[in-house]
Order: sequence, then structure tokens, then C-alpha cells
Amino acid sequence: MSENTPTSQPVSSALQALTDKLLKLDDLLISCMRCGFCLAVCPVYGATMKEADATRGKIALLEFLSRHMINDPEAVNDKLTRCLLCGSCQAVCPSGVKIMDIFLHARSIVRDYLGLSATEKLIFRSFLARPKLFNALLGLSAKFQGLFLKEADPALGTHKAPMLSSFIGERHFPRLAGRSFHSKVASLDEAAGSSGLRVAFFPGCVSDKLFPDVAEATLKVFRKHGVGVFMPDGLACCGIPALAGGDMAAYHTMVGENLALIGGAVVDWLVTPCGTCAATIKEFWPKLADGYTEKNKGVIRDLHAKTIDITAFLSDVLKVELPAASGGKTRVTYHDSCHLRKSLGVFAQPRSILKSLPGHEYVEMAEAERCCGSGGSFTLKHYDLSKQIGKRKRDNIVAVNPDIVAAACPACMMQIMDMHSQHGDRVKVRHVVELYAEAL
Amino acid sequence: MPIDPSLVKEFENIAGKEQVLTEPADLQCYSYDAAVLNPVMPALVVAPADKEQLCKTVKLAYDNGLPITVRGSGTNLSGSTIPQGDGMVILTNRLNKILEINEEDLYAVVEPGVITAQFAAAVTAKGLFYPPDPGSQSVSTLGGNVAHNAGGLRGLKYGVTKDYIMGMEVVDYRGELIKTGSRTVKYVTGYNMAALMAASEGTLGVFADIIIKLVPPPKASKAMLAEFDDVNKASEAVAGIISGHIVPCTLEFLDQNCIRYVEADTKAGLPVDAAAILLIEVDGGHPLLVEEDADKVMEVCRKCGSTNIRVARNAEEKLKIWEARRNALPALARARPTTVLEDATVPRSQIPAMVAAVNAVAKKYSLEVGTFGHAGDGNLHPTFLCDRRNKEEFARVEAAVDEIFDVALKLKGTLSGEHGIGKAKAKWMEKETNRATMEFNKNLRRALDPKLLFNAGNKFV
Repeated sequence: MSENTPTSQPVSSALQALTDKLLKLDDLLISCMRCGFCLAVCPVYGATMKEADATRGKIALLEFLSRHMINDPEAVNDKLTRCLLCGSCQAVCPSGVKIMDIFLHARSIVRDYLGLSATEKLIFRSFLARPKLFNALLGLSAKFQGLFLKEADPALGTHKAPMLSSFIGERHFPRLAGRSFHSKVASLDEAAGSSGLRVAFFPGCVSDKLFPDVAEATLKVFRKHGVGVFMPDGLACCGIPALAGGDMAAYHTMVGENLALIGGAVVDWLVTPCGTCAATIKEFWPKLADGYTEKNKGVIRDLHAKTIDITAFLSDVLKVELPAASGGKTRVTYHDSCHLRKSLGVFAQPRSILKSLPGHEYVEMAEAERCCGSGGSFTLKHYDLSKQIGKRKRDNIVAVNPDIVAAACPACMMQIMDMHSQHGDRVKVRHVVELYAEAL
Repeated sequence: MPIDPSLVKEFENIAGKEQVLTEPADLQCYSYDAAVLNPVMPALVVAPADKEQLCKTVKLAYDNGLPITVRGSGTNLSGSTIPQGDGMVILTNRLNKILEINEEDLYAVVEPGVITAQFAAAVTAKGLFYPPDPGSQSVSTLGGNVAHNAGGLRGLKYGVTKDYIMGMEVVDYRGELIKTGSRTVKYVTGYNMAALMAASEGTLGVFADIIIKLVPPPKASKAMLAEFDDVNKASEAVAGIISGHIVPCTLEFLDQNCIRYVEADTKAGLPVDAAAILLIEVDGGHPLLVEEDADKVMEVCRKCGSTNIRVARNAEEKLKIWEARRNALPALARARPTTVLEDATVPRSQIPAMVAAVNAVAKKYSLEVGTFGHAGDGNLHPTFLCDRRNKEEFARVEAAVDEIFDVALKLKGTLSGEHGIGKAKAKWMEKETNRATMEFNKNLRRALDPKLLFNAGNKFV
């Protein structure tokens, strides 16, 4: 029996540098006991049934790469990108392996070795890290998108773009908003309202550009409950796309821009309608702040304590109460965003809001906590896989025959909208805060 | 060693190009399982989608002399799915259909790749019960469960996987489908090959489908937790419960080390000064009978010197009581990087002797250990905590495990209650049996596998 041993091929100095860096993750990698419990919950493995697509396989590959038992960083990188970073595995891991930390660091280490693609550089470094340029370009695109967009499903308001299919696939997506949220409301700097609270409002890129109604509904809710709002002009992306893409330099630029804008403000909470932004600011910013100034470290610690998604803010902070719903006709179900449920433990709050909506009947779908397959840039790189995972979500939604599927993360909304549009379903996709704002 | 491309092409013609893996990054992911052993990369992985593809795959592999390792989810703790370096892995995870659940005749027919917990849930949805509940049930496959005769927490009252196999179809070395067993309660027409397949660890053939016995679910249950200041007293309580003609559905044990690890990890308020706790659940067909049994169990525990007994009054308290047991493995696994989970098993009266020996051996080799397990079955899981990167420490763990097997055999126990032999314990088999038994089993094996290609290097070697 020949056991796996380090390969005898000569190792280049660049590869040696890569494995040296990976060895720094060794203390994290070693705690995986290969029990395989992650296979039960991994959405990618669920679609392909290939071990390399499950967390256990990826962790084994990283360990083998760091020990020269495999000398193919490109192949390992291919596997690493086939992950939604949904955190489902970490939530069930009996050994408590810090899987998200491993994957984010590993992506960055392998990316340093392989380099970023031209598209990734363009997106991470030119657009997301430079909000003013990004906004201007998207503003322009919004005006001219009629030239290349075709209506896909008028009821859902989705479109497709055959001319761009090599880049975005056969996806159905909402039009870029004619007017983004920030073009209507550039900045706000209000005193605490009647609630005694003043919050920093972080709308997030997808709400701002694709779902401005979500950002506006959030603002309406703040107004209604007497919450003062601080929203500086020029907020950058929270950083998660660059982090997931392994571009740490762009990530730090984005976080730095945001810290400069939010840092000095005195607020009680930082509220966002995006589950992913909430998890990134609350969980990832503190983990990756090693090289920051003491001042910025302080701001990040403060934000760690104060960052909250809009549904938890409504339920846990404002303790809003709607009169108990009385046998409504509109059936509404809820999809758990992975970042909200698995990273932040927010799952009861959105449900309690939905259950209290007048005129609505709440129905729970099967596997509500299972990832929708969006995963940010995952859906761009692996659209077919994303679609396969999304189909399972779509089938679970349709099975309870709802009028509306609600979510509390705009990235999930995009994915679910695409799935319903592709299948011609009559199911509306709404953010919990939109439905709540309408009920006010 | 790479496989001849024309042979790879033939496998692709059977299962489809997508389902035949030959790239090192893919193959490396089938080089390990949950046993703490060195990985071995196979030369090829094939994932057939149905019985026909499975038969053709086995035939092609066998005719070409490829060593075959069948793998479900790769969760076993014995290394039985670590392949041969020049061999292939046949994956069963696409053979994952529940073919039938028969509510009138109380059986189900499944493909081998069905996930245990998903099957149990599907059975529950039909108002029936599939009791075997191995710790890995959320991800383990029924084929793997049969191949290892997986146990779980309900063994004492409900038995283990072998007690639920009514029949099977098995692909033999010629790639032919062999039928054994039936859908009937009684069956005497052939050799009981299905029973032989339980715990065969992939050495006799490849499972194509399994007929599984189902039972009606219990109508009521009651859970309790009893603390003891002496392991002997806990053991007397176990003996007393069973000699009092009560068979709890679960009768679990945590020793003091294990309690302390769980408490350190969860801060759940466990009694860290107790020498042992027993977690006991009784169930049955009528709530009043269950109440009566629960009262008797408590009486026995008190008589045997239990220092404190808690009874769950509702579902929430029941969950709380079981929390300590649920967290036993996670708490131990989180304490150190590597977890060596053993399952030496002794007659249940020998539990105090076994626990004492485990702790003495751990002390002798300066190792951290915590023990939990199935007290009603005498099936303990002494769990050694270490760091496999530390060669010197790991050598001490291996020496300690060897000594524990010696003790288990001296106490008239067995090497493994439910995890299997695989590669990890193959060298010990002769010690538990004798030379003639080894030869008999090898002859049996050669009759069903003349080229010794089915999971060579495992079980009897």
C-alpha cells in the first residue's frame, strides 16, 4: 500500500512561498477530523455529490497543498472558488473548525500566487473600491441599459441580456434602478429622533443600485419610529466581494473608505437591510483588522457591537408590535439568508414580523435555512451550479404555493427572482422591511 | 499509478464522463475517511447512477484487476474506505433513491447511497420507525451502515443495523446481481447472505439495494439523568435496571473526564464532581407503562446510590437532558486538534473495570482521555485527545490504544462494537479469534472474491 507522500518534483520558489503561507493556517486546518458532517449541509456538494465540492474535501486539499502532497495551486483554487461561503458547514462542524477564516485566508494566499483576472481587478479595484466612479458608471448604465436588456418576466420585473451572456450567463435580473437610492438621498445627518435613537444607515450596494425600494422602505421605517439617521455620502462596498475573491488589497481599501466616513460619527447602531453587509461588518471586519491604526481598530470594535440587520433592529431594539394578523389572504413565506441565520443567528425576528403582517398568512417552507445558491460572485463564476442550487430553493418555495417569498438580503432576492423568472412562477420576491413598511 | 486511458474511456462509457474522476485534485478527496490514518490516493473514482451502471463498473474493474473500494459518505472510523494506491473507488452517493416504503408489510427498499437520517425522516413521515441511529446519521449512507453494521444509541432495546436487514441485492465479482433474503418476516430458502453482508466492510461484494425492516414507533417516552459518585455504582444501576426487566431505549454513560470536557465547552451546569452520569430513556406503547418503567428506573438508581436524579417533564427538558450526550464528542473534539475515538466493547458488567483501565492507561502514557458510550451495550468510546503532528505524542496514543484492546479482550470483550475493523484494527483480529478463524474467513473471502480485489487490506488480511 503506497501512502500519500510529498511529491518528488522540484518546487519553485513562488510555490514554496505559497505553501509557507498556507502552513500558517495549519493550526486551523488540523482541527478538521474528517467526520464529514459538512457534507450533509453543503449546498454545492448537495448539487454535485463531489467530495472536492464539500468543505471536508477543500480542507484536505489545502492541507495536502501545504505539505506538497499535491503541487497544483490552480486546481486547488478551482475547488476553493466552488464555495458559496454560506457558513452552513461551520454551523454544524462538531470540531469547531474556523472554516470561514480558513477559506478567506486561503483564497487570498492562492490569489496572491495566481494573480487576479482582468475582470476581477476591474471590479474589485476600479469599481467597488471607488464608489463615486462606480456610481457614475452605473448611473450611465441605468440610462442606456434599455439598449441591451430584454424584458424576461414583466410581473417580476426581471430582464435578460443576451449580448452579455458570456459574462453573466442566461440570468434574469432586475433592471438597474432608473434612479439609485443615493441619487435620491445623497446623505443624511440627523439628530436622534423621538425614539431617542440615532443610527448609521448602511444601505449596501445591491439595495442602493438594484432595489432602491428596500433602502427607501428602511428609511420610511426609521421615520415612522422616530429614529435619527446618519448616512454619509460616498459609502463604499462592505468589502465582501473582494474578500471572497481573495483580493485583500481592494478589501482593505473599501473598509478604509467606509471607516473614514463612519468612524467619527456618534450613533447607537449601524443598521443595514442586507444580511451579508451586516455579517461582513460585524464578523469579518474585526477579524481582518490586524494592520489597522488603533483608532480604526477602535471603530471596528465599536461597529462589531453596534451592527445589526433591519429585522433584528425592528424586533429586538424597537420591539415593534403590529396587531396580530387576522387570517389574511396573501400567503407569504420566508427564505433565511445564510449570513443572517448562520453567521448572526437572526431567524426568529423576520418571521415574527411576517407573522404579524395584516392581510398576510405566513407559511414556512421546507429547508428555509438552505442556501439559495447566490453567494455573491459565486453566481457569476459558476452560474450553472448556482442555478442548480437555486432550483432546489425555488422548488421548496413553490411547494408551499405562496404569493410572496420574503428575504432579508438583497443578494438572495436577486437569486430567487432569477429562479422564479426562469420558471415563470407567479411569486413576488420582497424584502421583509418592504412588507413591514407597507403595513405601517 | 495512472490508469490506462483506454480503460478510463470504458468507465466513462458506462457512467458518463462527468462521473469518472482522474485528476489528482479530485482523487485526493477520496484518499481519507474519518479514521486517523494516512491518506492514500486512488487511481480512479467512478460514480454509477443505477444498478446497471454499478454492475458494469464492478465487472470492468474486476476483469481488469483493479482493487475496488466502495465508498458512501466516507464517515467510518476504521479506515475501511481508504483506497488502494493503484485501485479505484466506486461511489454510491448517486444511488440514493428510496425505492419503496411499504406501510402494510413494514419494510422499505433502498439504494445503498440513501442518507440514514433522510431515510429515517421519510419513514417517520409515514408513521413508522427506523431505529438505528449511528452518530454520523446526518451524512452516513445506509449501504455504509450495513457494511459496518452501524449501531447507535438505541442498540440495547432496538438492536443495530443487522437486525433490520431483511434482504439485499449484491453485485458479485462477475458483475452479476445476487439476490438474498425477502420481503417476508420468515425466510429459509437460501443461505442468509444478507446477514453475512452486515459488517463485511466492502470485502464480499457491492450492495445494489437493501430491503429494510421497519417497526411502529413508540407512543411515549421519558428521559432522565442520574449522577453517581462512583463508576461502580453507576454500573450496578445499569445491571439493576436490566435485571429488573426494564429495557431502556437508551442507556448512555459519561465519565468524569468527559463531563468536565463538556462542561468546559458548554457551561451547561453539569455536575463536574460526579464520577459518572447515566442518561436513560424509556419508551413504549402506552404513557402509563412508560411512567411505571421510569419510576422503577429511578428507584433502582436511588438504591444503587445515585446522588441526584433529574427527570424531563416535557420535550424541552428532554432536549436539555440529552444536551450533555450530544455535546460529548464535539466538546472532546474541540479540546485538542486530533480526536482518536475508540470503541472497544465489553460485557456490560465489566464497564467499571474498563473505565478504570482506560484512565490508568491514559495516565501511564500521560494522555488526555474522556470516555462516553452506550452503557447498556458495554460499548464505550474512550476518546484520546492529541495532535497528530506531534509524532512522539501520537506514538503514545497508539501504544495506549493497543493496551486498551488487550484489556477489552481480557475482559471477554471485542475490538469494536460498531466502528469496524478496516485497516485500523486488522492486525488485532487474530488476537480476538485464532489462526483457524482467520484462515476460515480468508477462505470464505476467496470464494466470493477470487482475486482479492474487494477492499483488500481490510478486515481479514
